[in-house]
Amino acid sequence: MIRSSGPVCRGVTLVEGAAEGAVLVLDAPLSLWGGMNPDSGVIIDRQHPQCGTGLTGRILVMTSGRGSSSSSSVLAEATRAGTAPAGIVLAEPDEIVVLGALVAAELYGATLPVVRLEGTDYSRLRTGEEVRVTARAGAATIERVAGLSHAG
Amino acid sequence: MPKLELEDRDRRFLDGGNGEAARLAMGIIVALARVNGAPRLIDVTRAHIDGCLYHGRAGLDFARRLLTDGGRVSVPTTLNVASLDLLHPGLVRADGATTERARELMDAYVAMGCEPTWTCAPYQLPARPGLGEQIAWAESNAIVFANSVLGARTNRYGDFADICAAITGRVPDAGLHRGANRRAEVVFRLRDIPERLLDEDVLYPVLGHLVGQRTGSAVPAIVGLPPGQPEDRLKALGAGAASSGSVAMFHAVGSTPEAATLQDALHGEEPARVADVTPDDLARARDSLTSSAGDTIEGVSLGTPHLSVAGFARLVDLLEGVRVHPGVEFYVSTWRGVLGEVRRRGWSDLLERAGVELVVDTCTYITPIVRKARVVMTDSAKWAYYAPGNIGVEVVFGSMRECVLSAAEGRVVRDPQLWAGL
Repeated sequence: MIRSSGPVCRGVTLVEGAAEGAVLVLDAPLSLWGGMNPDSGVIIDRQHPQCGTGLTGRILVMTSGRGSSSSSSVLAEATRAGTAPAGIVLAEPDEIVVLGALVAAELYGATLPVVRLEGTDYSRLRTGEEVRVTARAGAATIERVAGLSHAG
Repeated sequence: MPKLELEDRDRRFLDGGNGEAARLAMGIIVALARVNGAPRLIDVTRAHIDGCLYHGRAGLDFARRLLTDGGRVSVPTTLNVASLDLLHPGLVRADGATTERARELMDAYVAMGCEPTWTCAPYQLPARPGLGEQIAWAESNAIVFANSVLGARTNRYGDFADICAAITGRVPDAGLHRGANRRAEVVFRLRDIPERLLDEDVLYPVLGHLVGQRTGSAVPAIVGLPPGQPEDRLKALGAGAASSGSVAMFHAVGSTPEAATLQDALHGEEPARVADVTPDDLARARDSLTSSAGDTIEGVSLGTPHLSVAGFARLVDLLEGVRVHPGVEFYVSTWRGVLGEVRRRGWSDLLERAGVELVVDTCTYITPIVRKARVVMTDSAKWAYYAPGNIGVEVVFGSMRECVLSAAEGRVVRDPQLWAGL
């Protein structure tokens, strides 16, 4: 059984849905097109500090996407292949990420919540911690989740 | 952030009153409006779509879904380059399954009512948008040309959003659709650039490459170019800036319609930043477009973006009496409309005799067309920027004349006067 320790941050819902997973905070913006292999879910941009890291099932936290509008297709393609992140948390609105997540939901029935946080909230999320993202129409929350051994 | 106010006709789309594909398309347009804080949706008069270029199953699944659900464009809609050259089958050497899917994708967009123009240069079509016209265009070079050179108004539409705008005829009222956001924020001043160079075509893609690198996604204004620059130079400038940066609009003071003066481009306000462009800056930008250190070339690629009739006129002049070296593959990419004009003007024979291969419907940097060449020369900053990553070739950048001279010799031939004084 999983219990929550309360919301860490609140944000604005860009794409509705719910997801749980381990946080991965990106140290630099990433263009999914040319930056992520949708067959493996791994970062392949050799200029990126986290090249080689897997995104599959993670709660991906980044300031924003970068570059080509073809990144929408890569995100949808990764969802089709089962290699996509479980959810995406942004500091800035990003049409390209939102499009990819919306189309993935329509085509493949997957929910890939996308949430925008304010700047200070963003820095409260740490790589490796397990969180639950709940993005409903209008408002979204992110809570830490832990197994029984850690729950108070 | 202002609240999004929808009209009854928008809600009719969302409720499924115009069919399932239209419901899906409007859902995506409304989501985009919420992301970028638009207060309302506005009408567009036409659309240009680049979803017809095959790069994965998701794009095909989306087009199939829209088509199956009755998707139909509601405004005149043109199509960008695709992954196949339908007039020259066999030129693109993709595997059978990919070719089949690429063809199905092209057919799906035509079946939804788009015109099979297959060009990245929709601004070369006879009917093109005018000053102040609200449109929804995809393809980075077309977007920057529409905003800058035609004065039409579009944001950077891309994957999935383009066809949704075409089906609904509606887009969020945000970004470059709004007059105030078209103001120049950054000013580039040309300093001590030799006058002769200002009148060379080769300057413009290099300048675009430099402006893109230094601008990111802001709107730049360029001061110091002779007024009344021809469209092909502005096209090369924009394509370069939209490749090395995310530039969706620029002002060339004295040449583009919203920049008769610098004050016009700035809307009478102060710029956030003013930067000089020196001869050294230009030389560095030019050199960064060449990746090959050797002087052998095995290929030439012109026509990125698609070569215009005026571009062919220049090429035909340069090719008079020239025969391409047997070790060189020489490609020129264009679209069917220009190809027809090339034939009408009797240029096809000369091009063929010289050893030029024409590519239509697609482009040489996005599909496997180049056969053996490992080092390819081009006059396009966009081609030079993308080809090494996309198709694994080394690039030499030069003027169109240098490309032709080099093609005849099979090695890089430079025009020593071209950059003199830099």
